[in-house]
Amino acid sequence: MSAEQSPKIVIVDESPVRAAILEDGLREAGFTEIVHIREMQSLLARIYAVDPDIILIDLENPSRDVLEAMFQVSRAVKRPIAMFVDQSDTSSIQASVEAGVSAYIVDGLKKERIKPILDLCVSRFNAFAKLQEELERTKSQLEDRKIIEKAKGILMKVKGLTEDEAYVLLRSTAMREKKKIGEIAQSIITASEMLK
Amino acid sequence: MTAPLRIGFIPLVDAAALIVAVDRGFTAAEGLDVELVREVSWSNVRDKLNIGLFDAAHLLAPVAIASSLGLGHVKVPIAAPFNLGINGNAITVSPSLHAALIEEIDGDRFDPLTTAKALARVVAIRRKAGAEPLTFGMTFPFSTHNYQLRFWMAAAGVDPDEDVRLVVLPPPYMVDSLANGHVDAFCVGAPWNSVAVDLGIGHILHFVSDILERAAEKVLAVRQVWSDKHPDVVASLVRAAVKGAEFIEQPANLAEVAQILAQPERIGVDADVIQRSLTGRLKTSPDGAVRESGRYLLVGREGAGRPDPVQAAWLYAQMVRWGQTALSPEALKTAMAVFRPDLYDAAVGRVGEGQASAPFSAFAGPAFDPSDLAGYLASFEVGRSAF
Repeated sequence: MSAEQSPKIVIVDESPVRAAILEDGLREAGFTEIVHIREMQSLLARIYAVDPDIILIDLENPSRDVLEAMFQVSRAVKRPIAMFVDQSDTSSIQASVEAGVSAYIVDGLKKERIKPILDLCVSRFNAFAKLQEELERTKSQLEDRKIIEKAKGILMKVKGLTEDEAYVLLRSTAMREKKKIGEIAQSIITASEMLK
Repeated sequence: MTAPLRIGFIPLVDAAALIVAVDRGFTAAEGLDVELVREVSWSNVRDKLNIGLFDAAHLLAPVAIASSLGLGHVKVPIAAPFNLGINGNAITVSPSLHAALIEEIDGDRFDPLTTAKALARVVAIRRKAGAEPLTFGMTFPFSTHNYQLRFWMAAAGVDPDEDVRLVVLPPPYMVDSLANGHVDAFCVGAPWNSVAVDLGIGHILHFVSDILERAAEKVLAVRQVWSDKHPDVVASLVRAAVKGAEFIEQPANLAEVAQILAQPERIGVDADVIQRSLTGRLKTSPDGAVRESGRYLLVGREGAGRPDPVQAAWLYAQMVRWGQTALSPEALKTAMAVFRPDLYDAAVGRVGEGQASAPFSAFAGPAFDPSDLAGYLASFEVGRSAF
């Protein structure tokens, strides 16, 4: 960072993990003035009290519409929000919307100081999304394993198979029907519940 | 089938024509492969439409105009070939504000001028007592809700920027905010007014149809360049929406429509509440009082689906009246050109028939004349127009 004062950044995000990931990134990059707002009640008043230069908000947050009121001249807003992009610079908007984050810049902040913050936001949000995706995948794999165990148990009991035979039957059926083994297992569980 | 279309919407009853068109197979019958994407904010819908993540969207009519004028955000010309809803909003007040208003009401409590005058007196009493100004929730700076609240209270001299506070709240937060006293009243679309009444924390003071007889609420919006490039897809989309709207307006289909809309990935509230909004038979007070109006929400009937540029002009006039933009003949022209009855007519095969727009009728102010906006705006005492 230059001798210029670090801009004051507010992160509005109900996800503490994602906010922490973003805040870490910003601190590493030398931004020191960061406030995380997690409570959406009276959001504008909270922001007003902090008086930030930049506000970052995740797009899953319905309160994003509340921030749009800052474009309006009103008593609720100390300094009006300015568009940081030129009409021609839609790629910045595109990248941030796709990553799931939006930035509101208070009038007067220089454009070259905004770009690195925005880039960092986009990369951190993308990293978080990837993390979450992996988590989901692991979760569904675990879920699948549980379902397969249960279906195996049913087959062993009803058809008098060994555990290995039950698994082979599940797998060969899945291959023949061109379905996932978890789906076949689920239909066995559903069927056995209906026949109870 | 054409390339898959992604269409964004906000979970509100006035997305009905679009949702039914997709879920009841009218879009598929037109050869369209549509994925509906539920969104959480109007800003998201606007941005995703603007940058092409959405091909079309359920959009606040004023946002379509603001986007075309470059107000509040990047300038992206929008075309609205179908009007998804006329009216549908209501003003709901907290029990304590309701009691205060009833105390001050002198005359017909369904007459907006009477209630606005009562509000003016309540505001004066509160000021004298040194109480905090009343806070009204609405959904977006460029929203019908914002303009309808302002139009109503200003008719009795209440300055919406000086005498009360207007705050933006996402529709799903309205009810909580009223319950915990964060706002004293709100203007929002269905089903949220009914939800507040059911919870016993709100009274519906007005249907918006009390204030404006016919107010364009949401449109089916596409980017103008996209519309120019894909006229056939736009026409198919309009026809499917028309069929959806016609299906909704058949009383025999009511229960099925409410069921479709109630799905968690659509609006996600009780089918019963949705059904009430569609029939215009609403419980208005926690004590069980019911009010019925054939004008509460118009989805397909009375030509509701055909975009009316006069409506766009009125919305633009509100932007000028409340200082969101300056008056300019070019901007008025741009605003009116957002509403595209020509695309609607082409889609349904009524080319050249030429329908006159319905007269614009409001409870206050002079007759609305788009060709003399300056004269129209000058007649209002309260406002901050610059011209």
